[in-house]
Amino acid sequence: MTDTDAVVAGRPEGTPSRRGTPGRQVPAALLLPAVLGLMFLVLPLAGLLIRAPWATLPQRLATPGVLTALRLSLQCATLATLLCLALGVPLAWLLARVDFPGRRLVRALVTVPLVLPPVVGGVALLLVFGRRGLLGGWLDSTFGITLPFTTTGVVLAEAFVAMPFLIIAVEGALRGADRRYEEAAATLGAGRWTTFTHVTLPLVGPGIAAGAVLCWARALGEFGATITFAGNYPGTTQTMPLAVYLALETDLDAAIVLSLILLTVSVAILAGLRDRWISST
Amino acid sequence: MTSHRIRALLTALAVSALVAATGCGGNDTTGAQTGASATAGATGTVNVFAAASLTETFTKLGKDFEAAHPGTRVKFNFAGSSALATQINQGAPADVFASAAPKNMATVTDAGNADGAPTTFVKNQLVIAVPKGNPNGVKDLADLTRPGVKVALCAEQVPCGAAAKKALDTGGVELTPVTLEQDVKAALSKVKLGEVDAALVYRTDAKAAAADVEGIEFPESAGAVNDYPIVALKGARNAAGAKAFVAYVLSDRGKAVLTEAGFQVP
Repeated sequence: MTDTDAVVAGRPEGTPSRRGTPGRQVPAALLLPAVLGLMFLVLPLAGLLIRAPWATLPQRLATPGVLTALRLSLQCATLATLLCLALGVPLAWLLARVDFPGRRLVRALVTVPLVLPPVVGGVALLLVFGRRGLLGGWLDSTFGITLPFTTTGVVLAEAFVAMPFLIIAVEGALRGADRRYEEAAATLGAGRWTTFTHVTLPLVGPGIAAGAVLCWARALGEFGATITFAGNYPGTTQTMPLAVYLALETDLDAAIVLSLILLTVSVAILAGLRDRWISST
Repeated sequence: MTSHRIRALLTALAVSALVAATGCGGNDTTGAQTGASATAGATGTVNVFAAASLTETFTKLGKDFEAAHPGTRVKFNFAGSSALATQINQGAPADVFASAAPKNMATVTDAGNADGAPTTFVKNQLVIAVPKGNPNGVKDLADLTRPGVKVALCAEQVPCGAAAKKALDTGGVELTPVTLEQDVKAALSKVKLGEVDAALVYRTDAKAAAADVEGIEFPESAGAVNDYPIVALKGARNAAGAKAFVAYVLSDRGKAVLTEAGFQVP
């Protein structure tokens, strides 16, 4: 706080903003890179919008297969996010709250899918869950379950790539949360599980929601691991990013239309969720 | 850290970003100038955009070309033909384009970016790639429709997929693959990894992976031969180098390297 005050010291007081915080002139050293950053992120989108074949848009939307791919994308990203929540939140809790040997190593391992090129991630998944993989062979011979080239495979590939986003967000939220509430619950006789479900989870709810949104967005855009591990077949494993990639092979306009559909739907869903679940401050 | 230091750091970052940006522009112009001055003879750098299936052969040809034309350097950009065509039409600095299909070459010539008409320099044919030892005893296309035989094809949008569809149609074989891969190498790697029992790939790809897979010839592939056209580009910074490289690929030496890899020369 005092640092911020020092920066703006000597400046005349601006008009108070709507949110009630005293308005202060934004330092140019922050504003300039911020605007550059925004332009850098938004200009490619503008490129897509400008180049989009608006005249033929309606008939392109009606192309068979587009809706199938979109539905599959939304389903798989959502299932992948649920899987990530079920496994990732406990893992984040473990990393944030339990002091065990090798915690730093585990924390580093969790970020491996972030660093790994997704295609390599897909190959790695094949080596474990593939027909000749470490676990895949056993799954196949014991239960007759094969994962590559199935919709389940898509969900797994997306979850593999997206889970670190959730874990890092939730762990950050847990570390930032005030532990005194948990300690108070413990002194009042609550066990660790009860504390977790009744105190910790509500406390870091917004952090979990933010992590889930990141995770869902990453899963929705997943390409490399999906096409490598789950393959590409319309209706079962061809998600929108895969459809976009293949459309690019023949028809740039079709690829742009598909990209815009994916963008519009995902932005609409994310904006809707943000207003409802994440306090917009 | 005090706020002053943060501000100084941000300013420094912004300044260095600007310097970097202008620096890049400067380098580009220098490159263009050296390219332009090299048009007198086959010297300087030749930028070759070539289909992914030419990776092994063209790398070898590039080294031979450099040895035959001292003072030249061949730089390759290997990728899917359609991606390369898009890059060229968007102004990528390419001197030569070698495509795995006439369709992607047409994208470039239609946009008026080729210098003269393309020449077909090789043809490639499909084979059935199966794991080494052929555990399923696959002999022809019809064997691929047997229950329990998992097959990977290339997607129809890419050249190897279009050829596969043509071959299957010719043979009247109705086949449901488990996956439609984005390129021929991806289809081949599914065989290598043992995830599928067979894939339709180019003879050259099967040959390059002879340690892991076997290529089975089948008669229907004769009707689905893929032509590879090559052309020097209009926007070439090194026009003389581009022409010399195209001529080298079409020469007897070039043909020898390509046929050795399993290509057929027209």
